[in-house]
Amino acid sequence: MSEPAIRIDHLHVRFDEYYVLQDIHAEIQEESFVAIVGPNGAGKSTLLRTLLGLVIPTEGNVTIFGKEPRNVPADRIGYVPQIKTMDRSFPAQSIELVLTGLNRRWPWTKSKEDYEKALAALEKVGAAHLAKRALSKLSGGELQRVCLARSIVRQPRLVMLDEPATGIDAVGEADMYRDLELYRREAKATVVMITHDWHVAMHHADRVLLINQKQISFDAPSVALSEENLRRAFGHIGHEHGLLSLVKSNG
Amino acid sequence: MPFMQRALLGGILVGILASYYGVFIVQRGLSFLGSGLAHAAFGGVALGLLLGAEPLWVAAIFTIVVALGIAWVRLRTNLGGDTTIGIFFAVSMALGIVFLFMRKEYTNDAFAYLFGSILSVTERDLWMTAIVCVLSLFSWPLWKRWSYATFDRELAQSDRLPVVRDDYYLSILIAITVVAAIKVVGIVLIAAFLVIPAATARLMSPTFRLMTILSVLTGVVSAVCGLFLSYYLDVPSGATIILLQAALFVSAMILKTLFRHKA
Repeated sequence: MSEPAIRIDHLHVRFDEYYVLQDIHAEIQEESFVAIVGPNGAGKSTLLRTLLGLVIPTEGNVTIFGKEPRNVPADRIGYVPQIKTMDRSFPAQSIELVLTGLNRRWPWTKSKEDYEKALAALEKVGAAHLAKRALSKLSGGELQRVCLARSIVRQPRLVMLDEPATGIDAVGEADMYRDLELYRREAKATVVMITHDWHVAMHHADRVLLINQKQISFDAPSVALSEENLRRAFGHIGHEHGLLSLVKSNG
Repeated sequence: MPFMQRALLGGILVGILASYYGVFIVQRGLSFLGSGLAHAAFGGVALGLLLGAEPLWVAAIFTIVVALGIAWVRLRTNLGGDTTIGIFFAVSMALGIVFLFMRKEYTNDAFAYLFGSILSVTERDLWMTAIVCVLSLFSWPLWKRWSYATFDRELAQSDRLPVVRDDYYLSILIAITVVAAIKVVGIVLIAAFLVIPAATARLMSPTFRLMTILSVLTGVVSAVCGLFLSYYLDVPSGATIILLQAALFVSAMILKTLFRHKA
């Protein structure tokens, strides 16, 4: 079997005296689409930040394409952050944000070649018409598509997304997942997505990692998700009626 | 060099520097930093006067230490920027008062630093400003990294940029700029020199690049015109420059409002 895209081995992350992640093990194969799901505070974002090299493990190892996250060339990873944390008052046009994905710098000037690459990435996600639009004038769905274009403009082998559906409507969400899937197939890329939305995880991912209480409590193909898994993972799912009916309809 | 030429050169250079670094201060929501560092500079000036050393050079070291301290505390705690700056602001001011008290001499010269006196800019002061200009010129490629981190710090970090190191360097350059601006506008008004041109440019700019250019233009035009106005009207130069900047800000607001209504 080939080297996995991501290998997480005995990972512990502690902030001060508090463990955020404990003894996480997982392997994510290339070209797979994995959703990391869990309730708020479960440690999903910390796991993603560890994969990005922004958090140093307290114990254990994380490798991406066989290297420590901080040693992986930046152009091999595309990152789509949560749009709700972005400063949309920043004076910028969409294409400038896409160009940061290409050059890892804020652009002072745009070369014709870079401009065309950025425009092509926007075209790929159906957002070429937004190229000159100010970030402050974009809707949530439009900004999410621009962020996706930013992440794929460098043709990464791994795309990581943090709650990509937050703050966008159903149509925008469907468009975004269609474009993401298209890129994954074209570039044979691996996708890792953080979400608290089970519907999204089950519909789009091949595999689901459920994080609860700092640990992975479920790791299997999304079609294997059952009511019992959810009960075991969350302890209860009494308030998750929609989720329960989804699981029932799934199985 | 005649005093008016020194004043003009000092005004132009400080106008460029303060309005250039101002765009990062304004866009990062750190407008209070200008006030904090200006009051740190007061502590440094007072220490220089107490020691009998060149006040601005002592102030430069003192202000750099405070700027790095503010950046360090902000990185290592979850205190808000304003709280951290507020603490350093008050401590520096308190130290400045104690230093002046310990000097036990007439402190009229300290007031010149408080309110600025562009016409008393010496060649040595110009040297300090020139050093910051040269450092800033060499640091020009950092505009792209500082801007990226200003937009989204975590995104820049995920792209492997040395954001923390860049922040410390930016803090040092802002600290020296504040000290270089003391003679031109005075400690009391430095914060405005850092904030108003950038805020004016922000109103008119769809991109961060244009914001930077317009901010520097606003800083230079207001410094030159303010200097001549103050000379002919015989009023304090620092205050005149700031009032001119405020007039430009109000004009930009009016233009923006009119433009929006027409659009």
